[in-house]
Amino acid sequence: MKIWALALLQSTAFVLLAPLFAGWVKWVKCRLQNRRPPPLAQPYRDLWKLFGKEALLSHNASILFRIVPYIVAGATLLAAAVVPLLAVNLPTAAIADVIVLTGFFALARFFLALAGMDVGTAFGGMGSSREMTISALAEPAMLLAVFTLAMVAASTNLSTVIEQVLSDGLVLRPSLLFALLAMCLVAVAETGRIPVDNPATHLELTMIHEAMILEYSGRHLALIEWAAQLKLMIYGVLIANIFFPWGIATTPTPVALLVAVAAITAKLSILGVLLATGESVLAKMRLFRVPAFLLLALTLGFVGLLSHIILEIR
Amino acid sequence: MLAFLPLYQQAILSLAAMILFTSFVLLAQNGVLAIIHVFAWQGLLVAVTTAFVAFDSGAGHLYFSALMTITLKVIFIPWLLHRLVRRLGIDRETHSVERPARVLMSAAALVVFCYYVAQPIQQYSAALTRNTIAISMSVVMLGMLMLITRRKAVSQVIGFMSLENGLFFAAVSATHGMPMFVELGIAFDVLVAAVIFGVFFFHIRDSIDSLDVGQLNRLAERDE
Repeated sequence: MKIWALALLQSTAFVLLAPLFAGWVKWVKCRLQNRRPPPLAQPYRDLWKLFGKEALLSHNASILFRIVPYIVAGATLLAAAVVPLLAVNLPTAAIADVIVLTGFFALARFFLALAGMDVGTAFGGMGSSREMTISALAEPAMLLAVFTLAMVAASTNLSTVIEQVLSDGLVLRPSLLFALLAMCLVAVAETGRIPVDNPATHLELTMIHEAMILEYSGRHLALIEWAAQLKLMIYGVLIANIFFPWGIATTPTPVALLVAVAAITAKLSILGVLLATGESVLAKMRLFRVPAFLLLALTLGFVGLLSHIILEIR
Repeated sequence: MLAFLPLYQQAILSLAAMILFTSFVLLAQNGVLAIIHVFAWQGLLVAVTTAFVAFDSGAGHLYFSALMTITLKVIFIPWLLHRLVRRLGIDRETHSVERPARVLMSAAALVVFCYYVAQPIQQYSAALTRNTIAISMSVVMLGMLMLITRRKAVSQVIGFMSLENGLFFAAVSATHGMPMFVELGIAFDVLVAAVIFGVFFFHIRDSIDSLDVGQLNRLAERDE
């Protein structure tokens, strides 16, 4: 019973802290670019404001358009419940393995793309088509990285994978190195950050994710934005906890949990700084360069898989 | 299994994987200068791996091989190619890869093939580096693939040199290096080859006004 409460607490923390992580990335980015940063709580205020506003619907919006925000938020929430944030061995980790996690994201994206096309504006369709192009290329790369992890740990369950990496201690594994790099590239593409997409832009010709949700307003928009922030946080936690799992609680004792909170805060802060630095240094690439970028991710994933088979077995 | 090895032995395996990755990058890279730089990085990785293997096996002459690799393949040949490319005025040119996805897929297939070919060899070796034999064979194969898929002379030369990197790495990982005599001979061969290629670049360009080797087909005699 206690462990279920802990799992629930972890998922709630995940959902509540996701806007803070997005705010942190934005804050660091502003500091790096010599601008005055918004307060860290700004994403919460934005969400609060959006929840208070009326949701406007276009005349030819179908029922699909109205339920998609809930599907997207629900799928992302389920995904967040699966990822170990503070402790391993929680019952929620057994809901789904890492392949189903990819499936949750795919489900959310599929419905978002449908909603983008539903109203029939030019931008929505364009955004949907671009998003699907990118995700069709990113998903194989993601799965190759996931398969590499699964082969290293002999399991696709995230909790087991993390425990395996923890029990190995500090081992220089070429496969995990390449899987990490592939995962970082995929995370950038999937969460729509620079250099693939610019989360801050509303310039018509370059936007991808923003183009799809252009028709949304009010609480629908708030849910979708929250889901996007949650997705960013999920990828951050995946990278931080799978490849650098030190500090995560293996037993549900208060001390271990406190250590885990401190560790994940430190890891996510560093990741946020890295992401913001990357976004400040790089320029957004042309849409037609994105396949090459994701081909690189695919190659990295593949070399990781091969190096596990060739170098690490026996 | 891997966790019981000392850290520098794990480093050898990681470096081997990185060498394989540079081969993939060479295959997919477009810019002329970028190809040369990646080639230099590959040489550096091979040299560092050789030094680690020397430390692991106690074969002192491998330090010398590593040093030779650095002077030749990390400094001299990239510098020579850099200068040639600038003098030919093609440093901003891009050698686009035709169908990069297909090239990379066939490269992956080649690596799997090499893995199966190298497996019987690996069974007779007890050295730590036995697993890297497949990697070095794949580097050779990927060099060949680069020779086949590229049309521009400079990239083909890089493909050839990277193939030689693979051979050297195979010698290091399978038998802790070749005899010094052979190694020196190969090093000078590569050196001379680099210089001769440089001369050839100018000749090819003089005769067909381009470094696109595909155009050499047009030199064939034809019944008009």
